[in-house]
Amino acid sequence: MILRLAFGSLMARALTVSITVLAISLSIALFLGVEKIRTSAKASFTDTISGTDLIVGARSGSVQLLLYSIFRIGNATNNITWASFQDIAAQQNVDWIVPVSLGDSHKQFRVMGTTNEFFKRYKYRSKSNLKLQDGAFITDLFDAVIGADVATELGYQIGDPIIIAHGLASFSKHEDQPFRIAGILKKTSTPVDRTIIVSLEAIEAIHVDWKSGAKIPGQSTPNDILRKMDLKPHAITAALIGTKSRLQVFGLQRFINEYPKEPLLAILPGVALQELWQIVGVAESALIAISAMVVVTALIGMMAMVFSSLNERRREMAIFRAVGAKPSLILGMLVAEATFVTAIGAILGCALLYLGLFASQSAIDQAFGLWVPINAPTKDEALLIFSVIIAGAFISLVPAIRAYRMSVSDGMIVNV
Amino acid sequence: MVNFELADNTVPDSKNILQLHSLLYQWPGNNSFSLSIPKFELLTGQTALLIGESGSGKSTLLSLICGTVKAHKGVVSVAGTNLSLLSSGQRDKFRGENIGYIFQQFNLLPYASVEDNILLPLQFAPNRRAQVTCPHDEAQRLCNVLGLPKNVLSTKARTLSVGQQQRVAAARALIGSPPVLIADEPTSALDAATQKKFLELLFEQSKNNKSTLLFVSHDIRLADQFDKVIHMADIVARKSGKL
Repeated sequence: MILRLAFGSLMARALTVSITVLAISLSIALFLGVEKIRTSAKASFTDTISGTDLIVGARSGSVQLLLYSIFRIGNATNNITWASFQDIAAQQNVDWIVPVSLGDSHKQFRVMGTTNEFFKRYKYRSKSNLKLQDGAFITDLFDAVIGADVATELGYQIGDPIIIAHGLASFSKHEDQPFRIAGILKKTSTPVDRTIIVSLEAIEAIHVDWKSGAKIPGQSTPNDILRKMDLKPHAITAALIGTKSRLQVFGLQRFINEYPKEPLLAILPGVALQELWQIVGVAESALIAISAMVVVTALIGMMAMVFSSLNERRREMAIFRAVGAKPSLILGMLVAEATFVTAIGAILGCALLYLGLFASQSAIDQAFGLWVPINAPTKDEALLIFSVIIAGAFISLVPAIRAYRMSVSDGMIVNV
Repeated sequence: MVNFELADNTVPDSKNILQLHSLLYQWPGNNSFSLSIPKFELLTGQTALLIGESGSGKSTLLSLICGTVKAHKGVVSVAGTNLSLLSSGQRDKFRGENIGYIFQQFNLLPYASVEDNILLPLQFAPNRRAQVTCPHDEAQRLCNVLGLPKNVLSTKARTLSVGQQQRVAAARALIGSPPVLIADEPTSALDAATQKKFLELLFEQSKNNKSTLLFVSHDIRLADQFDKVIHMADIVARKSGKL
């Protein structure tokens, strides 16, 4: 009966209570949302590349190699000669190796020369393959496959011609050898979306008439002659390697790092990604701080609600005292009420979060390249919700103790 | 009640349901007033009218009798139990068991049903609960004898008129037949006709319950209806300033 009365009292203040519940649920939804975005940003970042055991490039830093080979940020310090590449490819424990050649661009997007095997071997988000949304992979020397962002931002369609510029942000263009868009990849939320992929031979072909970064004046080899030429590359920028067995990764890494003919560097993508995340992770701590402040704000809001209800409830407390209730019952009722309100707020907040996720999951992915998975709250999240409820109970002790004191001093005589 | 009738708590003269002597109470705060009552007695089964101006210490006297405040010196004995010897928790329990209280107004939890309001004291008073075989039927009976509408039990208290609310409050004070009924100006918010009817019903029911009724008012015209009339001014010793 006491519980029923406490609930009735809550219902009698439905408007203020529901506003408080709304505030708590919104802040919990926000809190969990921030937490989800934080973890999925990290996950989506570290899932940029998977299934690749080693990345090989010219000797520099591991983060730098990762940045230019996978994130297409910055430039390679040096190339790998084709001979070294073949030497590594011939190693017994190499299962597959995909060469990558970078350096040219189209508008704001980078151009990457590789082989069709790249589409098979490059994996993201725990072993998802690249898929085409339209067209086909590279079949012709001047075929290009473009990422989803390239297609949407430049409005390109299958069959459109594109001209590749030499270098990055350059005015000299490979105008004599226009490419044709053969395929458009599905959105991956990885740097692949912002890449134009052509064959390794094509990169070689467009540079036949070039020397030392400039076009040889007057020289223009017709495309049909180019097609007949031996377009074996002289050098590549990096290579992705898969080993036959994970146990061999370190042996191979050591072989490459100690390669005598050329200074090379082989990195484990996962390790380098972690290293890079630590740099980017400042944003992560900012998000944690914001999450915490959001919760604190919500709980203070609830405390304010309990406080503001005290005066209007003095008569109620006096009635309880008159029929024999101890002041501690008043305290207990207020704490129970606050705990209940926080719990309802938490439940509603979760519901709100999941509804929001269902509604905007693909929109978030499209807009920010962030895939927020919809799954049951993790142990950590459940613990967070639980501790918020406990914190709600604790913080309500502040007004509850005040109510206790009021109830002791008022007794049954309320002069309001 | 049995719990409280310990040997040294018992006041020999059991004819007196209320017995205060050499009582001294000082309001909290520095340099504050104090209340001194040399002697105040009320016989079991009496109806008494307590008359006093506001500020005469009436409220404090009621708080002392109900045990929400504790005297600094002297004895406050209710139904044979010396409240000064009880802890505050025990006094709360004692009040629940022994005293039915009617406020001037705002007696009811407005959001609760009439039935919940009437039965509320039983939650805190097992002995009073034991007096009632079927709480619902008893609540209904009290509503009937107090002239409340038939289906009033399930309605929310806030929908009742002031007069009806006071009758529900009377039913709450009467349920489980506590030995003492205290009514603190319960009729001041009622019009003359309703006031008269309410008083009649209250007298009748407190007689049925064999309860002692302490009725507080500043309306001297009610005096001839009571067994005893007490003026605050007569029982309070001159205020002595500091304790």
